[in-house]
Amino acid sequence: MTVVEEPVGGSDPTRVDRNFDTGYELSQDEKRFIGQHMIVAIAALTIGSLMGPLQSFQFGGLDLYPYLEPIIQSYYQGLTLHGVLNALVWTTFFITGFTTLTTVKGLRRPLAYPKLNKFGFWLMVVGLVTTAVPILTDSASVLYTFYPPLKASWAFYAGLTLVVVGSWIEGYGFFLTLAAWRKENRGVRSPFISLGPIINAAMWQIATLGVAVSILTMLLPWSLGLIDNTDPELARTYFWFTGHPLVYFWLLPAYTSWYGMLPKQVGGKLFSDSMARLAFWMFLIVSVPVGFHHQFVDPGVPETWKYIHAILTYSVFFPSMITAFTVIASLEYGARRNGGTGLVGWIRKLPWTDPSVAAQLLAAILFMFGGIGGLTNASYNLNLVIHNTAWVPGHFHLTVATAVTLSFMGITYWLVPHIMGKQLFSPTTALVQAWTWFVGMIIFSNAMHVLGLLGAPRRSPLGDAAYAPEEWNGHLLRVSIGGAILLVSVLLYVYVMVRTAISKKVEPALVPEVPIAESIRHPQLTPVWLDRFKPWLIAAALLLVIAYGPQFVDQIFNMNLNSPGPDFVPWK
Amino acid sequence: MTDIGTATPDVDESQLSMGIDPYERGWMILSIALLVGFLATVTIAGFFMGFQVNGADAEVDPRTVLDSEPWSNPGLRKISDGKYEAWVVAQTWAFVPRELEVPVGSEVTINVTSPDLQHGLKITDTNVNVMVVPGQVSTITYTFDEVGEFPYICHEYCGTGHVAMWGVVNVVPAGQADDEEAGQ
Repeated sequence: MTVVEEPVGGSDPTRVDRNFDTGYELSQDEKRFIGQHMIVAIAALTIGSLMGPLQSFQFGGLDLYPYLEPIIQSYYQGLTLHGVLNALVWTTFFITGFTTLTTVKGLRRPLAYPKLNKFGFWLMVVGLVTTAVPILTDSASVLYTFYPPLKASWAFYAGLTLVVVGSWIEGYGFFLTLAAWRKENRGVRSPFISLGPIINAAMWQIATLGVAVSILTMLLPWSLGLIDNTDPELARTYFWFTGHPLVYFWLLPAYTSWYGMLPKQVGGKLFSDSMARLAFWMFLIVSVPVGFHHQFVDPGVPETWKYIHAILTYSVFFPSMITAFTVIASLEYGARRNGGTGLVGWIRKLPWTDPSVAAQLLAAILFMFGGIGGLTNASYNLNLVIHNTAWVPGHFHLTVATAVTLSFMGITYWLVPHIMGKQLFSPTTALVQAWTWFVGMIIFSNAMHVLGLLGAPRRSPLGDAAYAPEEWNGHLLRVSIGGAILLVSVLLYVYVMVRTAISKKVEPALVPEVPIAESIRHPQLTPVWLDRFKPWLIAAALLLVIAYGPQFVDQIFNMNLNSPGPDFVPWK
Repeated sequence: MTDIGTATPDVDESQLSMGIDPYERGWMILSIALLVGFLATVTIAGFFMGFQVNGADAEVDPRTVLDSEPWSNPGLRKISDGKYEAWVVAQTWAFVPRELEVPVGSEVTINVTSPDLQHGLKITDTNVNVMVVPGQVSTITYTFDEVGEFPYICHEYCGTGHVAMWGVVNVVPAGQADDEEAGQ
């Protein structure tokens, strides 16, 4: 194995410095821009996460909703806030801000068109406000899946559209920056740390076409009264075209950190640059044509297409298996350099006292269980046992709410101090935050999985369920206990973030740098085909046409716009 | 400083390769074998042992579906000894009918549709689990081999009364079923 220790030449040797940074200092303007993303993201996470425990307490028999009127009218208004703010807003704003950082830091150049990115960001903010108004006034309690003919206010759909379009525009900014860098650095492999999130941005452009078409051709005109009816089954197919790659859109920035940053934080290196790239390209290809695995028990979709998507869903598990190997090998490399020994004894030599590291390691541990549960969901007929049961939110609280969210929290433990030029307030509190999230989520998620296996449906205030047998009670209580621990954890997180932001004490040595791991093997030895968009985009398009084309043609040409929905607002 | 690849070393083109570690190669082969094994299992169970999901069945107009047979008169119909058809309407916020009574060992073909919002139907402790979507009929066949009460519960959000939307399949010992009622 060739290890190139020192670079030979460089695009700009004057920028080289001796610390572990890439040598590109973020400008004040860039720091402010990334910070604006983080403010929106963390504010959304805070409000959204305060709703979650209310649902969990309801399960255990403590219904606090009556005390929240007139701010929150119902369980479902709270659940809509929880889903939209945590799953859509926190993630999208964090990811676009994080991608801004990885793009300029890795490519060592400013954004090609900073105004374009700023326009995209502010469009997302306008969209967020437009969406928030109907949710907060209880005229869009349709949950984050907004299945028609549940009809939200038109502003809900219009706002979501603006958020998506804004994220597209920020994506164009990233693509153009990478293109500009490539012109300046012909023959040089683009750094993984920048390429990974930009591949994610490309996948997002493809994936969001589903909801974009759904909203613009059906839901928005319907909510404005221009058309009277919807085709709910077609809307489901559109939604899940976006809905599953959405989870990879959340996950890939966490993977970027696990592959390209965390190894640096533990004193190691990226074990394999080429495998990291291969995993990301595979996600670009197979993330999207898997949506029917959310529709395994839908009427209106033939078994054959469901089965084909089951196969493709298994194949999207493969890059995650690569990730498990490469990330663990990268961590082990670092731990052994720090004196770690033994088959698993090296794990103790990881810097567990660093809250950013601990948060991401704990997130990755729970992700293993989330992945295994996810295989159950993907397993065609096995899904019959757990489809739309409490198992499903149990599952995605291990994935999006832990693997992704706890990793993002861990990232903010260096990112926010870095862009503010301060040190993290109370790393010990941050460490407690990471562990309480881990423990709370184990209790919550395990109870939800068990409830699902016993037949408890999702999206139901189970504390009121007349059908709930006594054997559910212990598990319902565990949901509440997990929720209470998570409430403590989220309050600790907000406390650490706010105190970091307002602190005046600065010890320059304690201001974290951006951790960027180098690869054991020089990236220039990675084959060119692992650094080119074209072959992978063509493959992605072909697979989409094959795996989705015929069924889309069938459902669109046989569209049945005949569902007006009820003549009353079903959540009031 | 960290070289993350933005510098160009003197690279011998023959060195360009994936650089896959032998352990990693082994892990990848194991992963593929595992996934192929899982796929074989669900395929055999699904296409040869009858653990199958519902597919594309009948389409209806949700605005008028309840105006004519069989949906105007939902309930259980006896086809022959041990064979039944159930027509179940899922609507905000109740299943019609709320109870289905069949003798143990009966094979029941369950058809469900919704005139208003999306709903779901899962019969506890069985493999009956379908989405109920306006405009579509979800059809699934199941044989009830155990005596007991099996709640069917709505599992898709449909508004305030979602949690109150459920019914029961009552599987009774052979000879005790009220065939007259079932035959209506």
